[in-house]
Amino acid sequence: MKVSITVNGKSFNHDVEARDLLVFYLRDTLRLTGTHVGCDTSSCGACTVHLDGHAVKSCTVLTAQADGRSITTIEGMADGDNLHPLQEGFREEHGLQCGFCTPGMIMVAADLLERNPNPSEHEIREALEGNYCRCTGYHNIIRAIQYAASHAVAA
Amino acid sequence: MGDTQYIGKSVKRVEDKRFITGQGRYTDDIQLPGMVYAHIVRSPYAHAKINSFDIASAQSAPGVVAVFTGDDIKKAGMGGVPCGWQLHFKNGDPMVEPPHPLLIASGDTVKHVGDGVAVVIADTRANARDAADLIYVDYEVFDAVTAAADAVKPGAPLVHESAPGNICFDWEIGNPRAEVDAAMATAHHITRMEYRNQRLAPNAIEPRCAIGDYDGANDRYTLYTTSQNPHLTRLLMCAFVLGLPENKVRVVAPDVGGGFGSKIYHYIEEALMIWASKQLGKPIKWTSTRTEAFLTDAHGRDHTTTAEMGFDQDGKIVALRINTLANVGAYLSTFAAVTPTYLHGTLLQGLYTTPKINLDLKAVFTHSTVIDAYRGAGRPEATYLLERLMSKAAIEMGIDQAELRYKNFIPPFDGVTQPGYQTNVALQYDSGNYKGMLDKGLELIGYQDFLKEQAEARKQGRYLGIGVSTYIEACGIAPSAVVGSLGCRAGLYESAHVRVQPTGTVSVYTGSHSHGQGHETTFAQVVAEYFGIPLSSVEVHHGDTESVAFGMGTYGSRSLAVGGSAIVASCQKVIDKGTKIAAHKLECSEDDLEYSAGTWTVKGTDRSIGFGAIAFTAYVPHQYPKGLEPGMDFSSFYDPSNFTYPNGCHIAVVEVDIETGKVKLLRFAAVDDVGNVINPMIVDGQIHGGLVQGIGQAMLEGVIFDEMGNQTTASYMDYAMPRADDVPSFELGRQVTPCPHNPLGVKGAGEAGAIGSTPAVVNAVADALAPFGVRDLEMPLHSEKVWRAIQAVAKG
Repeated sequence: MKVSITVNGKSFNHDVEARDLLVFYLRDTLRLTGTHVGCDTSSCGACTVHLDGHAVKSCTVLTAQADGRSITTIEGMADGDNLHPLQEGFREEHGLQCGFCTPGMIMVAADLLERNPNPSEHEIREALEGNYCRCTGYHNIIRAIQYAASHAVAA
Repeated sequence: MGDTQYIGKSVKRVEDKRFITGQGRYTDDIQLPGMVYAHIVRSPYAHAKINSFDIASAQSAPGVVAVFTGDDIKKAGMGGVPCGWQLHFKNGDPMVEPPHPLLIASGDTVKHVGDGVAVVIADTRANARDAADLIYVDYEVFDAVTAAADAVKPGAPLVHESAPGNICFDWEIGNPRAEVDAAMATAHHITRMEYRNQRLAPNAIEPRCAIGDYDGANDRYTLYTTSQNPHLTRLLMCAFVLGLPENKVRVVAPDVGGGFGSKIYHYIEEALMIWASKQLGKPIKWTSTRTEAFLTDAHGRDHTTTAEMGFDQDGKIVALRINTLANVGAYLSTFAAVTPTYLHGTLLQGLYTTPKINLDLKAVFTHSTVIDAYRGAGRPEATYLLERLMSKAAIEMGIDQAELRYKNFIPPFDGVTQPGYQTNVALQYDSGNYKGMLDKGLELIGYQDFLKEQAEARKQGRYLGIGVSTYIEACGIAPSAVVGSLGCRAGLYESAHVRVQPTGTVSVYTGSHSHGQGHETTFAQVVAEYFGIPLSSVEVHHGDTESVAFGMGTYGSRSLAVGGSAIVASCQKVIDKGTKIAAHKLECSEDDLEYSAGTWTVKGTDRSIGFGAIAFTAYVPHQYPKGLEPGMDFSSFYDPSNFTYPNGCHIAVVEVDIETGKVKLLRFAAVDDVGNVINPMIVDGQIHGGLVQGIGQAMLEGVIFDEMGNQTTASYMDYAMPRADDVPSFELGRQVTPCPHNPLGVKGAGEAGAIGSTPAVVNAVADALAPFGVRDLEMPLHSEKVWRAIQAVAKG
């Protein structure tokens, strides 16, 4: 089936199988490999992207469901060489180690800060419930998101 | 260390930019022209004989390129994946070492759920997976056994005919058992525990992946793989499995998404992709699903233990006696034999002066996923045993748990003016101040204040608990001659190559592998400091056998202690050569020169020459010392003279809801001595991550099998790992006793967090429940288990 999807501001037209998952469309067809696959059960959150501005797990969305809609992936977060405050925060606060969960963490945190620009530590921890990190113990991911919250550019 | 420019500074990581912008390059991100995809058909039975395969329908399915079964592998005459360490029975016989074939052939038996039996290769992942469902395997199913304690019972199903009673080997360490028995008989009090240190799944978030790419024109092979040690994988695969010349095989471990031990080992899929790629003349990719990861990534822990610690009337330990069954799973993984033995038994001295220690251990085959080193690897098992015994004994004897430890600590020693501490279990500790560590830990958590708060809370029916744990580990693995004498089939040195370019920039090639540890930053800090040049002039490369001379990889908290020392050795060679060139240029003797901050200066003068100018001269040797080779390019291999001994004190504070058994972790303080610290930010990050894995074992994690040998926890829906809201932020402290035997004075930080934290949490829960008479707790501390422990005591 034919789909037309906007990804990181660019529109793409492709013929896809009805059963294709969005995460594989992004990774294999568009070669946007910053979105990762860490599990088979929508549990790890490594595949989190934004669908029309909201965080979704792209392993649980059919490519066909994204037809006519807008996707933002980790590759679309920086403005040229200007990093998104969350990207800066993760670097400044050592919010990543192996980096595999990081894109998903950044995407879910962006959604959180959109809804709640000044979250408490408790609110941040709850917002990250759908995303596993096995390296950082979450400690510095919390700091990274707090950094972004305090350094956000006023929209 | 004195004034430094980079060492000891929390330099932001240079590798981060690619990860935070989605430009990391993990194995599964690699797409090669003409690539096809593999799906492995795995046994749904833990123990069954394969009567026959029917692959005809799969072969003609859409997009299918090839189907290979265990029969094809057998016909090709390939060896199985080997074990890298050979132990011996107490009677001197070698351990039982059954073959671990790449795929199981008809007529042979599968030995765990997930054993590979066939591989389907197709044009897309989906077509490979669809076709796999069309393969029919006729199995004759037998009874299976997955718990070590069941496997050693008479009449238990046999995993390998070559291993009667399912015993891989038996082993002991320490003082003779009779001496320990005699000392135990003098004890005023004996604390005893019977428990299972449960099986864990490492769960790096990046699933394993392997791409085999055969280049027929040049008869060369490339393996891209999720590995912590690409050279070791190449060596094992070439020498033992495929019989290929190593110089024809390149192994690349690009960005790797976490390892924690599980990506040390040479796995069947790696050799399979290389072999199949040659058969088909196409690059082939296999990517593990998460369920496959649960079934086939090497698990950790799984000890069934009875331990007794005897004390005199003053609370001094007089003896420690342990019997353990260590599950090794269905086959011997690469380091399976050493993990429960030399990485476990040798740490049973802990931080205490225990005069008599004996561990008697049996390594046991079961119809289950292999078990090998997982973060900490043997040392968490030793620490859990010691530290639970100590805190349980403290409650039983009515002594404060910190006080009991103070009574038994090895006194401080620096390893320089005072000798190292010789344990009763083979090791000689390098340096340490264990009392100082506990002092700092108690201060950080506010121990005395907490005890008051706890007493107040109990009056109000709230049950708070505090758990103290201390640990020591043997890291910086390892002196080759020592490990060789203990059965290791490899050397455990590390290599480093420092290449100075004509313009004074530096490329470093290390045999260590970074999969989250930040070597590209830490190692660059070391080199920039050593040369006195900007950090931006140094670039660190790793993970490719084509560019790195050799390497033993990253595990056992060894990268900086061993790999970093090799880098320092190469840096010294650069400076020594630079001194010769500088002496020639400045027309002085080498002895008149001193090197500092990137400059050679004639002592007592203002005549000097910089690093860049010397590098340039080395490559444009017009005015040059006679007989000296041009160039500035040095390799070193560093073989450590001893293990390093990081140690620490971890303290947990919990509240237990006695109505539901729910445990809430309120605070966690950790003081660790990892020797000198190059990058405090990175070291703290390593500690944080380790703590949560250790807390995960205490509170949430555990692999469970049903009676047929199925893992009932083989997905993230069923296996609970800590999420962000399961843990608090951490309070960290640090003590530094530099390692006396390596040039950086570093001890290693990768595993520390995972070692001390597990018993700290369980001790805290035991402390909270002490008023009820609860003494023993079973991990993981799910609400139900804790609630049942309370009820069991209440009912008497």
